[in-house]
Amino acid sequence: MNVNPEVIAEAVEVLYRTLNQEAESSGYHLNPDAGFTKDLVKGLLVNTGRYGYQSCPCRLSSGRKPEDLDIICPCDYRDPDLTEFNSCYCALYVSEKALRGEVRIQPIPERRPPPGKRIIPKADTAVSSFPSSKIPVWRCKVCGYLCAREEAPEVCPICKAKKDRFERF
Amino acid sequence: MKIEHVEGKKKGKIMLYALSTCVWCNKTKKLLNDMGVDYHYANVDQLSDEDRDKVEKEIAKWNPSVSFPTIVINDSSCVIGFNPDELNDKLK
Repeated sequence: MNVNPEVIAEAVEVLYRTLNQEAESSGYHLNPDAGFTKDLVKGLLVNTGRYGYQSCPCRLSSGRKPEDLDIICPCDYRDPDLTEFNSCYCALYVSEKALRGEVRIQPIPERRPPPGKRIIPKADTAVSSFPSSKIPVWRCKVCGYLCAREEAPEVCPICKAKKDRFERF
Repeated sequence: MKIEHVEGKKKGKIMLYALSTCVWCNKTKKLLNDMGVDYHYANVDQLSDEDRDKVEKEIAKWNPSVSFPTIVINDSSCVIGFNPDELNDKLK
């Protein structure tokens, strides 16, 4: 692929700004090391070009979306990793403590189950029930946002994950 | 299969499994380059589907979670993730 390096740099800059705004407006933080973070953002753009979805730059994609849904950034593992290790697996997102420099940002163990042990979710399967609700309740698998409506929203209002990351609760 | 060779001081057989988009993998390459050691690497995300499946099985023998980077040393031990202390220790 021959793309002008300036065009790539501009695309990285635009996505970086967007992600930063989205993160800050919903209580998340990008890694304050801008050089490091922009390298990851470039990886996201490469993967979007390759696979058609923004797969994690630090994980191997299968190229088959249903198998990779859990690692589309922001991944299903970001929030538990932020809580336990102060950063996501790539260190694109960091905790407030890490942002303030109170803890060091370093590599963390892989939380995603190994190949063969991954559960590929079927759309529309309920994980548990809300006994008294007539309206379906949807849960964002990325951030845990819940809403009761006929269909899951197109985009999670909290973390901006797309509709296919919601499960029936 | 596309395996790259970086020439340097022979410290044993070093095979780095990496992803071209992974920042921690790139840090590992830079560390090995700075150490000046002789090593091979494959960017697994750039392999054909067939080669990728083969390499995934090979990595799984050393690192069941098949995460990157994985560095296999002398076909006898492995270092998982960007870990300068462990790499420096193993490649003295």
